[in-house]
Amino acid sequence: MIEFHLDGRSGVAPYMQLIHQVRQALRLGLLRVGDQLPKVKDVAAGLAINPNTVLKAYRELEYEGLAAARPGIGTFVTGTLDGGSLAAHGPLRRDLQRWLAKARRAGLDEESIEALFVSTFRSAGEEEIA
Amino acid sequence: MTAVIETGGLGKRYRRLWALADCTLSVPAGHVVGLVGPNGAGKTTLLGLATGMLAPTAGTIEVLGGRPGAGPAQLARVGYLAQDAPVYAGLPVADHLKLGAHLNPGWDAELARARIKRLDLDPGQKAGALSGGQRAQLALTLAVAKRPELLILDEPVASLDPLARREFLQYLMESVGEQSLSVVLSSHLVADLERVCDYLIVLVGSRVQVAGPVEELLATHHLLSGPRRDPGSLPDGMRVISASHTDVQSTLLVRTSGPVLDPAWMVSGVGLEDLVLAYMSQAAGRGRRNHLEVQR
Repeated sequence: MIEFHLDGRSGVAPYMQLIHQVRQALRLGLLRVGDQLPKVKDVAAGLAINPNTVLKAYRELEYEGLAAARPGIGTFVTGTLDGGSLAAHGPLRRDLQRWLAKARRAGLDEESIEALFVSTFRSAGEEEIA
Repeated sequence: MTAVIETGGLGKRYRRLWALADCTLSVPAGHVVGLVGPNGAGKTTLLGLATGMLAPTAGTIEVLGGRPGAGPAQLARVGYLAQDAPVYAGLPVADHLKLGAHLNPGWDAELARARIKRLDLDPGQKAGALSGGQRAQLALTLAVAKRPELLILDEPVASLDPLARREFLQYLMESVGEQSLSVVLSSHLVADLERVCDYLIVLVGSRVQVAGPVEELLATHHLLSGPRRDPGSLPDGMRVISASHTDVQSTLLVRTSGPVLDPAWMVSGVGLEDLVLAYMSQAAGRGRRNHLEVQR
């Protein structure tokens, strides 16, 4: 079971934040097909948000084919987003950790590392499109 | 779906002063409605009229299809929590529950007992010895255990510290999720309402400035900035809520149902707080102008 959190200053609508968090958990393999999503009532009580907001997020996930509601029981995961690549996560993560250690040794602070990663990620994306 | 509150030209006058004027609303069921406005705007008056504790001077009001306060059946359908969550200071917590059971035909004793236990309140303790947050939670427990269809709360979290405020809203949202409960709550702080409300009424200077589902309000209000120009030259159907100008630039908050097509504008979305503040300052500006006219 995952637990939701909300960033009140992000400017992203709360229901979108919930959807992002489910999608993120699906990508990381924290949620698998058959897993139950937190009950609407529990999310509303935990985050002090309107239950309709939670319902809206779950309806959107149903529409995307990622979840399905079983009346009276709850909402369950029915789809995945990892594209079968979950097995590759471990080695890739280790590579990334090695790279991060190298960047720190070279004297980069966290902000510089993040900036370097994001700009490289963007330019690689642009090259692919071009 | 029927309306929980339906008013037509509703007004309430105290001597020569209108506390609420020309109020026409139709609030659908199943929402958590935020009633926002500065202190003295008429929020408590509107809630008082909805509970039947006040009688209108003008116009009509129906709550859940009935006349407010008209007989025991109507009273049982509406729960009301007054400002500062009043409890009987000299009575123990357990006696509050007993009182609730005797006074309310639909009383849910099991719910009340379980809730008091979860709050870790000592049933033998006098309510006057509870903290502000605990008192508010006790009062909310009584209001919810009455099993109303509509729960009306007047500034429920204004006097609570941030933690107690969060806990109060958590329990309120849990109750909304568990029961088919419509809620109307007033506040002079938008931040309190942003997470919990999906319907908003802005009340300033005894008049309703805007009302509607939060999602719709956010989708139809835009912040425009661009080269300076006269707001009068905007297309039909675009209403200016607030405007500020420098010698070269204009910044406008507008309401429009259609898209903004003019490429001269840079268009951005509006947060709930900015939206409410714009309506508040618009109304305040009008008030100042009227005041000046009287002085002349």
